[in-house]
Amino acid sequence: MDETPTETIHRAQRATIAGWGRIGRAGRLLESVDLNRDSPHAALFRGLGRSYGDSAVPARETDLIVATPRADRLLFFNRENGALRAEAGLSLKTLNELFLHQGWFVPVTPGTQFVTLGGMVASDVHGKNHHVAGTFGHYVRALIMRTADGRIVECGPEREPELFWATVGGMGLTGHILEVEFTMERIPSPWIRCESRRIEDLRAFVAALKEAAREWPFTVGWIDCLKQGPHMGRGILICGRWAQPDEAPPAPPRLRRMIRMPFDCPEFLLSRPLVRAFNSYLFYTHPRPIKRRLMDPIAFFYPLDAIAEWNRMYGRRGFTQYQCVLPDPGDASIIAPFFERLTRRGVGSFLSVIKDCGAEGRGLLSFPKPGISIALDIPVRDNTSALVAELNRHVIEHGGRIYLTKDQFTAAADFRAMEPRLDRWLAVRRKWDPEGRIRSAQSVRLFGDHP
Amino acid sequence: MNALVLGATQGIGQALARQLGARGDTLFLLGRDASALERSARDIEARCGRAPAGYAICDLSAPEGFATALDAAWRALGRVDVVIVTAGQFGTQEELENDRARLATMLQVNFSNTILFCEDARERLLAAGGGTLCVLSSVAGDRGRKPVVLYGSTKAGLSYYLEALDHAYRSRGLVTICVKPGFVKTGMTAALKPPPFAGEPESVARDIIRAIDRGTPLLYTPRAWALVMRIIRLLPRAVMRRIGF
Repeated sequence: MDETPTETIHRAQRATIAGWGRIGRAGRLLESVDLNRDSPHAALFRGLGRSYGDSAVPARETDLIVATPRADRLLFFNRENGALRAEAGLSLKTLNELFLHQGWFVPVTPGTQFVTLGGMVASDVHGKNHHVAGTFGHYVRALIMRTADGRIVECGPEREPELFWATVGGMGLTGHILEVEFTMERIPSPWIRCESRRIEDLRAFVAALKEAAREWPFTVGWIDCLKQGPHMGRGILICGRWAQPDEAPPAPPRLRRMIRMPFDCPEFLLSRPLVRAFNSYLFYTHPRPIKRRLMDPIAFFYPLDAIAEWNRMYGRRGFTQYQCVLPDPGDASIIAPFFERLTRRGVGSFLSVIKDCGAEGRGLLSFPKPGISIALDIPVRDNTSALVAELNRHVIEHGGRIYLTKDQFTAAADFRAMEPRLDRWLAVRRKWDPEGRIRSAQSVRLFGDHP
Repeated sequence: MNALVLGATQGIGQALARQLGARGDTLFLLGRDASALERSARDIEARCGRAPAGYAICDLSAPEGFATALDAAWRALGRVDVVIVTAGQFGTQEELENDRARLATMLQVNFSNTILFCEDARERLLAAGGGTLCVLSSVAGDRGRKPVVLYGSTKAGLSYYLEALDHAYRSRGLVTICVKPGFVKTGMTAALKPPPFAGEPESVARDIIRAIDRGTPLLYTPRAWALVMRIIRLLPRAVMRRIGF
């Protein structure tokens, strides 16, 4: 027997619901164990809350947000071909615990394992292998969805492809994702061979990323975004590949313990000199020659996961992450002025990440496209909106775009200006949800849904 | 070992079934909803590489179905070493005070019907020479407290039954384990704000499995609740009357 909206809401609790950047809004939160039962009256689904901005935050106080992580049944896993189907709340952490040591890994992983499969589809996540592997959506074979009219619809690249590609990267706004089927990848060992080295400036960084991309399946750069002058854009380039069985230790990596960020960091610790010192420390403690080592994939792919609640590091007011991709003619000529703006304003980001992106995915709002992606944390201050607007101007001018999963401050007009595919996506969304029943704080801000 | 889990499709029961399956135990799942059971069976097969021996519908609000469900389990498992009961109902004091029908069901499900189920399981286990009966009661039954006047009373009764059962039949090979979980974050408690020391179903399940392996007759989990409840049990009535806990 189906529940009425009141019955479902009754099981939810009033809560302040925030993204990873910790800027929250009031709503009704229901931690669901049965997505089928709880989806008909939901305004939005939410996974593990690692989206930084307002994409999993309620549009209104009365909106029902269904959290999926307790709906985490694995429905099948074919150990011959890697086909896997699960409920949308299954986390990447669980998948890694179950299958990493058995020789299987997700084809694309984001920088945290605290994400659900539903979230990986909704954000169409990318990772250190984007230059060769593309985004997660590329490996998804089917989705079971609850659409806004209450129906259950199966879609995939061949079945209802329009709905499918609007959902891949569609921030959960085209329907609620109940089940995900995708293909896992065979790995030769549960270890990563990793090489890292210092890079002295931005131009060298872009060249090094391009060169490493030819040889390595996983590449990423950490960059010191406070360094000005000739060494602007210096940092550490990290490359990796799965170790072959003969290079790997016989035993799998041991489980690591997490430490927990015990308090909200006071704002003075985020002052420019201290963040600059931290970044210089990271740079200079890396040995000058190339460092080669075997790594636990968990430490390689998810360095920040080692600190639970690390988002408290940016203090009580929260933070936003700014991630954009900018086209690159090969000489860093477009990202250099972007960095000059950043370093001039002295954005105190502890860690900034640079990565070259490969081809654009088929998801209508999928983030990556060929060029250089930059991600940095911005602690929220009074001028954060203005700063984001300034960075966005540069992105628009050069044909780049921002990542919705990170965003909380972009203006609707700016997003429209950087997203030529937006109208196509909006048309599909309107077709499946003419009244805009499925909505988030982000969809109100960017897509004109009723507040 | 061969284990039968009532309430295996969600919360603590689901976590228990997954962990028992992962270490190679053979399972039979009981639950209210056929499709949830079918999905949970697939979940265990995909996670552990081995499917449960079977599953059957068993609803604590319908005692007439107990025998059929247990027959099916015994048939599928052959020998049963452990019967685990994690099912039960919860309602806040306010909900139960204002809804007599719901109260009647809760009283029946948590007390009389759980005991009817246990009695049936007890007979079958004893007939085969013994085994373990592990039932989830609650810290709510340890002391008369304002927020759990009604729910707590069912759990108080259940805890007494389980203790007595252990005294009465341990010499004949039947070990009875009374588990008293504190607040655990599951679907049952989704509408409540988690207090300090709230547990996750996975770690609670680990504690329960250890208790089953060792035959510990009484388990508080998460551990901190053993101390909390010891203090609560010592408080004078005059204090209990004043505090809201």
